[in-house]
Amino acid sequence: MKNNFIYLAVLAAGFASCEPEFENNVNADYTSGDANFTSYVAVGNSLTAGYMDGTVSRVGQTYSFPNLLAQKFALVGGGEFTQPSYAEDVNNLGGIQGLAPTRLVIDASQGRPENIAGTPTITLTPQATAFNNMGVPGAKSFHLLAPGYGNPAGLALGQANPYFVRHATSSNATVLGDAMTKNPTFFTNWIGANDVLSYATNGGAQSNGNTPAADHNETGNTTPSTYGSNDITNATTFAGVYSTIINTLTANGAKGVVATIPSVTSIPYFTTVPFAPLSPSALGGATNIATLNAQLYNNLDAIFTALGEPNRVNPLSATSANPILIIDVDATDRSAQIAAALTPTLGAPTATAFGQVFGKARQTTANDLIVLPASSVIGTVNTSSPSTSININGVTFPMANKWVLTSTEKTKVANATAAYNSAIISIAASKNLAVADMNSILNQLVTGLRIETGQVYTANYFSGVTSESKVLFSLDGVHPNARGYAVIANEIIKVINRHYNANLPLHYVNYFPGINIVGSN
Amino acid sequence: MRKLLSLTLLTLAGSTVFAGGYRVSLQGQKQLAMGHTGVAVVNSAEVAFFNPAGMAYLDKKFNLSVGGNGLFANTKFQNSMYNWEAETKNIGTPFSVYATYKINNWLTAGLAVYTPYGSAVEWDQDWQGAHLVNNIDLQAIFVQPTISVRVGEHFSIGGGPIIANGSVKFNRNLSMNPLFSVNGSGTDVNLDAKGITALGYTAGFMFNPSDKLRIGMNYRSEIMMEARDGDATYADVPDFAQSLLSNTTFDADLPLPAELTVGLSYQVTSKWLLAFDYNRTMWSAYKALDVKFGNGSESLNPRNYKNSSTYRLGTQYKANDKFTFRAGWYVDESPVQDGYFAPETPRNDSMGYTGGLTYQLNNKLGIDFSFLYLHFDEIDNSYNHSVDPITQQPNPNFGGTYKSVVFSPGIGITYGF
Repeated sequence: MKNNFIYLAVLAAGFASCEPEFENNVNADYTSGDANFTSYVAVGNSLTAGYMDGTVSRVGQTYSFPNLLAQKFALVGGGEFTQPSYAEDVNNLGGIQGLAPTRLVIDASQGRPENIAGTPTITLTPQATAFNNMGVPGAKSFHLLAPGYGNPAGLALGQANPYFVRHATSSNATVLGDAMTKNPTFFTNWIGANDVLSYATNGGAQSNGNTPAADHNETGNTTPSTYGSNDITNATTFAGVYSTIINTLTANGAKGVVATIPSVTSIPYFTTVPFAPLSPSALGGATNIATLNAQLYNNLDAIFTALGEPNRVNPLSATSANPILIIDVDATDRSAQIAAALTPTLGAPTATAFGQVFGKARQTTANDLIVLPASSVIGTVNTSSPSTSININGVTFPMANKWVLTSTEKTKVANATAAYNSAIISIAASKNLAVADMNSILNQLVTGLRIETGQVYTANYFSGVTSESKVLFSLDGVHPNARGYAVIANEIIKVINRHYNANLPLHYVNYFPGINIVGSN
Repeated sequence: MRKLLSLTLLTLAGSTVFAGGYRVSLQGQKQLAMGHTGVAVVNSAEVAFFNPAGMAYLDKKFNLSVGGNGLFANTKFQNSMYNWEAETKNIGTPFSVYATYKINNWLTAGLAVYTPYGSAVEWDQDWQGAHLVNNIDLQAIFVQPTISVRVGEHFSIGGGPIIANGSVKFNRNLSMNPLFSVNGSGTDVNLDAKGITALGYTAGFMFNPSDKLRIGMNYRSEIMMEARDGDATYADVPDFAQSLLSNTTFDADLPLPAELTVGLSYQVTSKWLLAFDYNRTMWSAYKALDVKFGNGSESLNPRNYKNSSTYRLGTQYKANDKFTFRAGWYVDESPVQDGYFAPETPRNDSMGYTGGLTYQLNNKLGIDFSFLYLHFDEIDNSYNHSVDPITQQPNPNFGGTYKSVVFSPGIGITYGF
């Protein structure tokens, strides 16, 4: 009997040794290389905060690229990675109570993006804590250095940022100062997009939608405190601010990655609505088009042609898609000439009003970028029109400045972006920091970015369930979705592996969610 | 009573795949201990499986062998590019019952009930390869009435029909894309078909040119398990897709491939026997696992197995009236080709080490012990042929490093008079 027990024990040992063992464990070769991830701090804007679908939400924040990076850093000595608390966002609605709407979802019953039903529960209650993720949505480069950017009293004056108000350690704290209290050994810095992007997303207009915003590379203004919220930051100012940020972050020997600023042409916010969105059927067919031409387009064409601008407005085509009418603030003002030409048929008061409406009007061309929100405005009635005969947005009433980034405005954006990126790259080089060239990576989306799994992604906006798996941008058209942030995290990991001789595993992008679709809303 | 018996058998039949696709080579304690040789070995009623022709040479009028195995199969998976780790641990209980009765000098009848095919693999639900398989449980019981006819002194033939009864359960996620998920649980489809019946046959001959040498051949036909109107059930369907993914039925065919065995045994001394078997399994019949759903949609899953060989060596030493010792070794080729390495049969070429003994209580009754250890080298491989059913776009290749261990102790009794 005793022997039997021995046999049983041998048998049990046999089962135990039945565990399969790999020659090399999965994590055998992971290393931080020359980097030290003990205290990783991320500074930046919405792209760093995990902003998507028009907001930061509790779940969305978990997909912030710094959080995705920290998950991999943890394999090779990375310490705790904290982010501002969104515990308030119990139902994951995003938004900010009384300030910002809930996150965007696709309502399948309507087939369109909508703010998810419900009221935001995120408040501005100060957490007064420095976090490892110091991404502040909306921040421009110089905001990181601005005392009071998190002061609740500054909100009404537009001097403070509600997201930084939530976690600034004091009313005169700076974003960078709070970041430095975490004593970073490693950092990512992806700042500067808003220095040009808020100009671009507003179609080069100030917040009233009409008045042109300033490009301070033209004005030469190097005092950010005097900038309008949609102005383009002076590139020299940007470079100075950027140097300060990098000098501060590296003061104690920290290593890190800086990221370049993507061009607007790789963002669906600018590429989704075509410059000629008016199909003949959308215009009501050939009969309607003939009427529109007879009543408006032929007259405008004749007037502009007589003034030496034959292609400023052309008659609408009944066979191919047509451009929209827009206000181009850089166009020659022809209001007087239009009023004069129309007075015989319309009478002086109406003709003058028409002159005001169409004085700076033109049709869009392939060089213009129509912003995403315009898609729900084009073709709707404009109640501010002086006449019901010219009150259809984009068709009989020119769209305001903010709906279009004209070719002139686009050039300003491109020039500023290029100047910022060259500053970023040279400042990084001076400190031997790794550069994640997000501009060049995201530009590949225009033709299709093929990632390591073989999947190809595009810069397209959501256009249905069957192509959803290729979409990297969230429904706000500017910010990546979770899948997009995984691509970004992976690109940064590849840069770290290369530059710092590290070996970190990647995220498997295909498993990350993209667009949120609800059955009804 | 018969119904009760068959129910019991069904619950016992849970079996786990190893190297040879979903073939489970555990068809008798004595022969397993000898490296699962047996096409030219006349030891016990187990020969009804290995080569029905051999039943004619059994000394006793009535022979019964009943046995079962505990089959412990573990597979680990990892991929260091993405820091993936996964594991499946499964326990199966294949069994066999063999009985023979010598009607007269030239005719022996027998009945064999055994479980030669089966597969149970259970990864964690929503694991990295969930779009290929979450879990699978394939079971088949073969019932084989058999006769053996002796043709003269040195030659016999044998065979019989096989009635196969099987069931299959299969669960996978619909898509890699979390668009199809609810609260983090991927939308999955569960396929369930029971009571699949199919027919086949076994046939063989045995030739004994001398007292010491036996030569045998056995052929077991392919059996096509045709699941018809099984239940296809969707779970964790997001509300926007409810109308698209309502529960339906499915049809699918799964071949249990034909197997040809040739071999010989040689009685070196009165106590010492050597045996060699060669199996050729016609796995090329398994081209694809194509599922046709009642709602008209289809899921095409290429498998493209190749025919595979197994080489077996076994030996037996009859120490005395009480004890007989056995040992064996075999090499089992995997039928899975590169790029078709699906995690539902996640195993590669293996080497089997077997051993066992019989303790003869008396002239009639003996107890058989056996054990099997299957060694697998770790393998880097992937499945490159999966398609997302929603987008009809190819999924990325799914692969990594796999390592398996299979261990199976068995016990049985042999009774004869």
